Amino acid sequence: MTRRLAIRAAFAAFALGMLAYVPARAAESIDPAADKAAFQKFFTSKFPKLKLEDFVNGPYSMNEDLHKQWEEKEQFPPYEFSLEAGKEMFATPFKNGKTYADCFPNQGIGIRQNYPYFDEKEGKVVTLELALNRCREANGEAPFSYVKDDMAALTAYMAFTSRGKPMDIKIPNDPRALEAYQKGKEYFYTRRGQLNFSCATCHIQSPGQRIRAEVLAPALGILNAMPIYRSEWSGMGTTSRRFTTCNSQIRGVPLNPQDDEYRNLEYYLSYVSNGLPISGPGARP
Amino acid sequence: MSAAMRAIFAASALLIATATAALAASEADYKAAYAAAETANKEAGLLRNQWTTTASTLAAAKKAGEAGDFDTAVAQAKEAEALAKASIFQATSEKERWKDMEVR
Repeated sequence: MTRRLAIRAAFAAFALGMLAYVPARAAESIDPAADKAAFQKFFTSKFPKLKLEDFVNGPYSMNEDLHKQWEEKEQFPPYEFSLEAGKEMFATPFKNGKTYADCFPNQGIGIRQNYPYFDEKEGKVVTLELALNRCREANGEAPFSYVKDDMAALTAYMAFTSRGKPMDIKIPNDPRALEAYQKGKEYFYTRRGQLNFSCATCHIQSPGQRIRAEVLAPALGILNAMPIYRSEWSGMGTTSRRFTTCNSQIRGVPLNPQDDEYRNLEYYLSYVSNGLPISGPGARP
Repeated sequence: MSAAMRAIFAASALLIATATAALAASEADYKAAYAAAETANKEAGLLRNQWTTTASTLAAAKKAGEAGDFDTAVAQAKEAEALAKASIFQATSEKERWKDMEVR
């Protein structure tokens, strides 16, 4: 009897051990470095004539005519007013006398390539837009809309100070960071909306092809150019604006800007573009 | 007209009147259909996957219901419920299917 009990206990212990092993293996299978290599290889194989750094130019890297138009447009770039406004806003003190520079490493200059980052204290991804609004609130100012002009102007200036610097997103050795990365990846590939599109439908399967009059941008380097002036919007737009409008265009109800899903998505998309230069602020058709 | 013919006419008229009454939707039908659609859409919301078309169809149902056009209201509410259920199916099936699209 005692022997039987011992055998049963051994089986139970073995089963429990297996149960614990399965999630551990699942967590182990998250390999951002391998994902990044496969992601970049996919694009460089699909567009062998393009240099890696050219992908940050979005649709302009996909189409020769558009590229020529863009070169001309860059003589008097449409984001210039926003950039100037952002520079002024960045230097203007809050009511308490402090400035944005006081909230960021290196006084906020040349740091765009490090955002978003995983905040180990909070256990969540922090984007540049979120950090800017937190800075405002910490200094007694009202937060800006995540999708409108003021936020676009500030991020345009910060991106400009990082132009040419390679995207450099870190994933710390923290299971929560890996989980955030994985959730961002899942969001990117998940079909949603009545049109049953995922982000990947347009930006992995169809870059360079037209969707109505638009030439679709490749996912690789897509955030390196943010924020952007879009002719379609007749104005500037942030990463938050891009994500929410993508969702509504496929007939999905957008989430709130800076909801966890969007923060994780930005983390994933930025990480797989590591090494490509920051080119923001950008201009798009 | 013979008595038999009159009886047939009377029966036909009665049948048509009953059938019409049965087909016309009532306010209660609208409220039940709307509630079912709203419940399904809330479930889609919990899955973070509502569709804009569900919202606009629900709004159309409400507008028709408030105008007393219960036939349209019920039809729109049923359409909204079907859309919400499709979005729930999409969210559920994509929990695993997203991996098929992944670049590896």
